[in-house]
Amino acid sequence: MTDGEATRLSRVRRARAAGVLLIVVMVVLAGAFFRLQVQGGGAYELQSRNNRLRPIPIPAARGAIYDRHGELLAESIPGYSLSLLPAPPDSARATLERLAPYLGLEPEGIEAILERRRRQPQLPVLVRDDLTFERVAAVEERRPDFRLVVIETHPRRRYPAGSVTAHVIGYVGEISRPELDSDEFVEYEAGRIIGKQGIERRYEHVLAGSAGTRYVEVNARGSIVREFPSDRARSAQAGRNLTLTLDLDLQQFADSIFPEGDRGGVVALDPRTGEVLLLYSQPSFDPNLFIGGISESDWAGIRDDPAQPILNRVVSALYPPGSTWKLILATLSMREGTVGIDSYMPSSCRGALQFGRRAFRCWKPEGHGPLDLSGAIKQSCNVFFYQLGLRLGLDAFLAGVDGLGFNQATGIDLPGEISSRFPPSRAWYDQTFGRRGWTESVVLNLSIGQGETEQTLIRLAQFYSALATGRSPVVPHLLQSEVLDSVREEWTTGLSEPRRMELVSAMTRVVNEPGGTAYWHRLPEWTLAGKTGTSQNPHGEPHSWFVGFAPAHDPRIVIVAIVESGHPDNQTSRAVPFASQIVSRYLRNEGVPPDRQVETIPHVSLQRTPPANGGVGQ
Amino acid sequence: MNRDRAALLGGLGDPVLLGGAMLLACLGVGMIWSAGQVDLPSGVTGAWRRQLVWLCVSIVAFAVVTRIPMRWLEWATPWIYAMSIVLLIAVLVVGTGPNTRSWLRLAGFSFQPAELAKLATILLLARLLGSRREPQTRLFELWQPVLVVVIPFLLVMAQPDLGSALVFVIILVSALFWAGIPLFTIFLLVSPGVSLILGFSAAVWGVWFVVVIVALYVRRPYMAEAVAVALANLATGALATPLWNRLAPYQQRRLLVFLDPDIDPRGAGWHLIQSKVAIGSGGVTGQGFGNGPQKRLAFLPEQHTDFIFSVVGEELGLIGVLVFLALLAWFLRRVLRVAAVDSSQGFGSMIAFCFFAVWFGHLVINIGMTVGLMPVTGLPLPFISYGGSFLLTTFVGVGLVCRVAYEN
Repeated sequence: MTDGEATRLSRVRRARAAGVLLIVVMVVLAGAFFRLQVQGGGAYELQSRNNRLRPIPIPAARGAIYDRHGELLAESIPGYSLSLLPAPPDSARATLERLAPYLGLEPEGIEAILERRRRQPQLPVLVRDDLTFERVAAVEERRPDFRLVVIETHPRRRYPAGSVTAHVIGYVGEISRPELDSDEFVEYEAGRIIGKQGIERRYEHVLAGSAGTRYVEVNARGSIVREFPSDRARSAQAGRNLTLTLDLDLQQFADSIFPEGDRGGVVALDPRTGEVLLLYSQPSFDPNLFIGGISESDWAGIRDDPAQPILNRVVSALYPPGSTWKLILATLSMREGTVGIDSYMPSSCRGALQFGRRAFRCWKPEGHGPLDLSGAIKQSCNVFFYQLGLRLGLDAFLAGVDGLGFNQATGIDLPGEISSRFPPSRAWYDQTFGRRGWTESVVLNLSIGQGETEQTLIRLAQFYSALATGRSPVVPHLLQSEVLDSVREEWTTGLSEPRRMELVSAMTRVVNEPGGTAYWHRLPEWTLAGKTGTSQNPHGEPHSWFVGFAPAHDPRIVIVAIVESGHPDNQTSRAVPFASQIVSRYLRNEGVPPDRQVETIPHVSLQRTPPANGGVGQ
Repeated sequence: MNRDRAALLGGLGDPVLLGGAMLLACLGVGMIWSAGQVDLPSGVTGAWRRQLVWLCVSIVAFAVVTRIPMRWLEWATPWIYAMSIVLLIAVLVVGTGPNTRSWLRLAGFSFQPAELAKLATILLLARLLGSRREPQTRLFELWQPVLVVVIPFLLVMAQPDLGSALVFVIILVSALFWAGIPLFTIFLLVSPGVSLILGFSAAVWGVWFVVVIVALYVRRPYMAEAVAVALANLATGALATPLWNRLAPYQQRRLLVFLDPDIDPRGAGWHLIQSKVAIGSGGVTGQGFGNGPQKRLAFLPEQHTDFIFSVVGEELGLIGVLVFLALLAWFLRRVLRVAAVDSSQGFGSMIAFCFFAVWFGHLVINIGMTVGLMPVTGLPLPFISYGGSFLLTTFVGVGLVCRVAYEN
């Protein structure tokens, strides 16, 4: 065998080895593909789909809100948002600067947007989401100059009545972290717009409808490439429209005549159905400011305002009820048979009542002289009611008030309602002040609505509804619903019909007889029954109250109004003219026939001070 | 007429080989076209057209190369080698590239000098080893071929281009193997390199070192060789960690990701995970030519170069993969046959075998990488992957192999 032959032979052997290696490697590779594509194919197919499919929520159209006459209170209109696609910082800045004149951007605004862009450079950055059609159109016309710009529409909430209905309707805003974590919003995702206050909040789940889902194919950078038809896609279910019991006209009227610059609130109910006709609180705020995210300065203005415009003074504020409370004492006393409508008290009013070492004063320093219950109501005599309270006794007083629901919230369909406060028992005094820290004299203060009683307007309206109708009051509600019209509280005033009519008559004397505390604001066509009140305010001048209902013998409206302290020279009855005008307007609009001989009443301006000007208790 | 045709086909050496190369390159252009069918418009969309132009250039180069007698080539080899080394040094100075300095711009054309260096190294090794009647058996006798490879190897490592460096190792080992150098000698030569890789784990390296010592004890080479091999293994094992720290972070990550793609799923591991998802979702029949969603939506990176075979897997399924593998295997066997033919000259046979080994190495590393059997090294798939200068050198290689077949 030659060398050449040996080389050749060994070369053949090596070639065979290389060939075998080639085949083995190819088989191994083929095996690897078989494992991936056949054995693992399903799992990778799924992973591939998850890679590229993203669920996108379709916002549901939020239901509109109407008043009892079909006037619009809240609606969803198309809003426009403008975003910037991901881009290098320089071109983003340049684009923003060119956009500024069209969008009304300020230099600080541009910096804020660029800062947000820096935090998430791969996502589009929102420039503004509260654009009008005109502004969007101006940008759209110059489209070639703004390649990075994306304009989208989204439903946007609008409240035509603005601040007039703000405390009833509330407003919407982006869902917050704690709300997302709560059970109520399990089906909500971040970024959703939800009701934050008022009816928007209370009926969120009716108004919101249910968001749909669509699936889109995205690329590796997360940009949407196309729609993906999927079995799991759902279309959005629009929210339902709501019709409220509120009367927008009355609401606007209250807003227009409420003393400018004053604080207070007014609520009016239909006592037969519990429908809330009017619920107004001043000062107010513009709920439209909250839409699309309230600006920091606007929010600071509302939050830090000492007048607390956000506060709903009808359901979320407590006031000492003052003389409006006298009817509660009168009701309890007449129910127990302690007094009749024509009973006199042992001491007639000489301006004060001596009890123990203290003199408890009447608002009228010169005194009312002898008065029966009816006259004491008409003239709001404190001395009479001090004695009535003592005669009823603290225990009967506390138990009686508790039985009229005064320690609970009414359950009105508004968020944020707080409970009225009245001591439930002697034990409460022992706990609060200590066993020897208080005396029986507390009953004197409670008798005229001072001391340990604080009430909400809506709670007082409930009691007067019961007094006006003689039935259990219907739970007040804003949603128009026959079901809600028949949900009643469990108590009644407990008065026999003749006794109740006697009290109602006394209340009509307050307004309709000369010498009554509200005589100057009687209505020419209808008998208004009412009670004025002035309650001490630890923070300043007394508050002015009026509660009433009309027509007295077939009530269609119960009203409770308060004007908080403000002007020392004009403190007594500012709530009275205000409330009586509202009642008059409502009855006229509703076409309620006059129930008394039409009388010409000299016009009384709101600012005019009635002659009977005095201290607490009127 | 018949003679003309015979001359023409004879001039081609092995027409079947050329046909196979053309078929593979055309399939490659097709896959590059498909890789460009994405939803995000990018430079990849028009890549197939550029590849087609390069294919024409490559065919011209092929025609030229098949006209060059082996003797001339053997004579010119040292000059070609010298020029390629100069270019490798030049690229270190004026080169460009995304992560590495591996591209040289010349008269509007960009090309990788490493490609030329691979060719030149094959030629010089063939000249050194192919002409010998008796193969060297001793380790120290191999200093010449080792030096020929080590120079471009180090220059390429300096770019740093790990993938090309690996190809030089393949060239050296395959050339030594084909020259008939005993496997034990090759083992001794390569053992320090293995130590370098295993040096990260003291335990694993310890086992390897014991294996080397035992092998030395059993086979008893010259004492000097044994000592040198042992010392080299010790040295590289100790150097592993400092050398590792000198690697570019992206290279470190690629190697680590090979061990566990999930350590960096959004970064280096992304390539491997998305490639597997693409291939796996292809199933048996594939998502359809041009329609692979992973590729379309840009989840699949480097879909026209390193990961072109993932597109094959996603769109043509297991069936397409097997067809491609079979075609490549058939082509490589054909190259191997040219190298193994009796009448083959030492020089030519060595060239043919080296190209077989280089293409085979590329294939294993590239396709292995798409399914996670190999680390992500960035070696393209011959004929299929997009890349002008790589296609050109591949066709120059095919031309050389055809010339060898012709001279046989």
